[in-house]
Amino acid sequence: MSNLQMPKIDRKTIRRKNNIVKDLKKIIKHQNILDHPDELKPFETDGLSAYKQIPLIVVFPENTKEVSRILEYCNQERIKVVPRGAGTGLSGGALPMEDAVLLCLGKFNKILDIDYNNRCVVAQPGVTNLSITKSVQEKDFYYAPDPSSQIACSIGGNVAENSGGVHSLKYGTTTNNILGAEVVFMDGTIVRLGGKVFDSEGYDLLGLITGSEGLLCVITEVTVKILKKPQTAKAALIGFATIEDGAKCVTEIISKGIIPAGMEMMDKALIHATDNFVKAGYPRNAESMLIVELDGTEVEVIELIESVSKIAKKNKASSIKISKNDKERLKFWAGRKAAFPACGDMAPDYYCMDGTIPRGKLTDVLKEIQRLSKKYNLPVANAFHAGDGNLHPLIMYDSNDKKALKKTEQFGADILKYCVKVGGVLTGEHGVGIEKRELMCEMFNNNDIQQQIKIKKSLDLNSLLNPGKVYPILRKCAEEGRVHVHGGKTRFPDIPRF
Amino acid sequence: MSMEEKQDFQTFQDSDTLYPKKEKEVAEIIKKFYKKSTPIEIIGSGSKKKIGKILQCAKILNLSKLSGIIEYLPGELYIKVKAGTSVNEIESELKKNKQQLAFEPIDFGYLFLGKSDYGTAAGQVSCNLSGPRRFKVGSVRDHVLGFKAVNGRGEIIKSGGTVVKNVTGYDLSKLICGSYGTLAALTEITFKVLPAPEESTTLVIHNLDINLSLSYLQKAVSSPHDISGASFLPIDPICNKCQMDIKKTFKLNDLKEEGSITAIRIEGSKKSINQRIKNLNKELNTSYLNISVLETLQSEIFWKKIKNLEVFSKTNNNILRIVIPPSNCNQIIYQLPKNFKFCLDWGGALIWVEACELTEPMFNSIRKKVVRCGGYVSMIKNSDYLPYVEDVFTIERNRFSISESIKKSFDPKRILNPGKMYTGI
Repeated sequence: MSNLQMPKIDRKTIRRKNNIVKDLKKIIKHQNILDHPDELKPFETDGLSAYKQIPLIVVFPENTKEVSRILEYCNQERIKVVPRGAGTGLSGGALPMEDAVLLCLGKFNKILDIDYNNRCVVAQPGVTNLSITKSVQEKDFYYAPDPSSQIACSIGGNVAENSGGVHSLKYGTTTNNILGAEVVFMDGTIVRLGGKVFDSEGYDLLGLITGSEGLLCVITEVTVKILKKPQTAKAALIGFATIEDGAKCVTEIISKGIIPAGMEMMDKALIHATDNFVKAGYPRNAESMLIVELDGTEVEVIELIESVSKIAKKNKASSIKISKNDKERLKFWAGRKAAFPACGDMAPDYYCMDGTIPRGKLTDVLKEIQRLSKKYNLPVANAFHAGDGNLHPLIMYDSNDKKALKKTEQFGADILKYCVKVGGVLTGEHGVGIEKRELMCEMFNNNDIQQQIKIKKSLDLNSLLNPGKVYPILRKCAEEGRVHVHGGKTRFPDIPRF
Repeated sequence: MSMEEKQDFQTFQDSDTLYPKKEKEVAEIIKKFYKKSTPIEIIGSGSKKKIGKILQCAKILNLSKLSGIIEYLPGELYIKVKAGTSVNEIESELKKNKQQLAFEPIDFGYLFLGKSDYGTAAGQVSCNLSGPRRFKVGSVRDHVLGFKAVNGRGEIIKSGGTVVKNVTGYDLSKLICGSYGTLAALTEITFKVLPAPEESTTLVIHNLDINLSLSYLQKAVSSPHDISGASFLPIDPICNKCQMDIKKTFKLNDLKEEGSITAIRIEGSKKSINQRIKNLNKELNTSYLNISVLETLQSEIFWKKIKNLEVFSKTNNNILRIVIPPSNCNQIIYQLPKNFKFCLDWGGALIWVEACELTEPMFNSIRKKVVRCGGYVSMIKNSDYLPYVEDVFTIERNRFSISESIKKSFDPKRILNPGKMYTGI
């Protein structure tokens, strides 16, 4: 377990555990409450497994009313609550706490309404992202955001984190693809936001809660927009002799007015790792490689593929391969989709970063990452959602070597800081959670953070819902405007980077 | 002259309206009003000032002189502007690089003045009212990547950035959109921009009744042909007291027939459009129908008129905006008073209504029906005979109290556009 500072544990609450369980049993069925240490152990972490805490109690409400009554009770009794969807988040947003009730939405697993006339699906939050698409694919519809964990991650979690995927540039992230939600606030108030309509009047509360990482409310129902599948999709696999050529090609494709459905870039390290892993037929001698997917009508896709090929040639592409059929297109993607396990094969551990940068700064940022890689003597492979600027450097290390872990942590923080420096942001799709909490000051000043905290307090007066996440606990930026660097020491030395 | 007086002298152009030129000045002004607990009306240039409740604050903060493009990177698909920058300036700059604000900002000047008055970037963001392409590309709120603003305490705050994929902190860009200046005075906005389509073609089906029209629109928007406009302009009912006259508004050479218009827009490259129009004609089985096809030039004029509500230009009647699930569209239309003129957009998800001789009880009764159908209705334009309604926008109790809390977190003394949206907020 790391030494990342978490909110002070309220021992009084822990001592009251038996009474709390007794009270909760009045609200929900006995079998929907877990309180024995053996039962609690599996819930000690989420997708960020370096951080662990055994929750006080785990509850599985079955309906919105129960969620409301649990929250109302916890609010009155000043008991912290951590909401949890599928627990696949990578930033520790659903990390349990010893003195908090872990509220699992696992029993909210039904699709409530498939409405083709209004082109939407109403689902409970525990429904997985992929099963929404599966429920409408017989009529050639789909749900656009496709985070890589879509088999397992839940739609409620997607809303809480504003999940993205590889098609964000053309089709947007979760926030652009939902129409409504039912949510419960910490005082138990149930509110319906939006519906099957566009742009509800009044404050865009749906927009506010999307990406709020479980700090503002618990989501109990989601209405998502569904789209008709494009008629044709083709992909181009393009190799380049240098990273610069690949990056220039990306910029030129966008500048020429082409918005690809997906545009992914990989560096040499990752080309080799993934090609070894799945034999995707990638150009192994290339320094960088692009997968550009275009969708639409057949004529349009052929036209666009031609344009992309021309641009690629102009930018000194060393190889261009166009998918002949859907099977081949999926083969192109197979390597990219296996990027994480492929890295897992190369080193005992890897640390996945998630910054977003302006596309034009890619060469600059990749060079800096290479420099840092040499400085820290740690190998790194880069996957880049080039279409939307979301960069995932994968730092490989061995967690058994304590020095390597510390170095990795510093390396990761340096990359994120550099992303912010070139005009990017700390996190594109994984969320702040606990992982990047103290780095928030790199992007925001005191006023910015205080305004966000005021919103949180206005909806959760006692700060009981998912405390210790997103906003800095050290409050260095909040108190001092910026963080001091003493004697050249790195910022936030107390923040572990697993 | 003290420093403060000097500042006032430079900033205040006349006694009632303040024209700050810098963000810092906006902050100073609001801080001053915060200290005095005095309400202030915030406007961009005032082109949409009549939407929402009419305010009577002693001072007006006009942002139109806080103007200019800060940064435009076509390759990065964003433009960062000062809040008071005119929409005209932004659009003409984007045009140079064949780019656009894809949400199609509405020029409300036609509705309120009878002529173009696009207003400012801040006005577009604050109202979050989007044009015909909304159902395909999203609304204004989906195109704001980040902003800077001054809250009700006079503090400069920011949120978001310049990239599309960003989950760092709460997404306040969404919250600020459609908040009618009640949370903060915008000072800087970063818009996502997109390539403008090369060509535009509109398939017009003549003389359908509303039910048939809706079924064609529904088929079109649910097709894979990437429709970017789907409207219905009926000729019925005939009402002497209403201004709406589609014959007068849409004088286009290639419109072959008079009568109701069902319009479907397809945009993209010429080749792609041709294929999609062909497929669409096949799918809608249009060979039995009276159709016209508008090519780019006329198609663009047609949609500009739809977008800018030119059919209601200079009307003296109330204008209502109803947004509903498209499948409930005709149900609402049948429940409207028989002499109200209307047109449909967004494939039936949006109804613009010209309501002659409207009374407040009538408006409230329409609202009840719309809410029952899962939608909402707003009063966009008042008339001489109904110059004021108690509830311009739709809201229910719980959402009101949440909104009240959020308002307080930005503007604890309720000095920014108080009551503009709802009494008490």
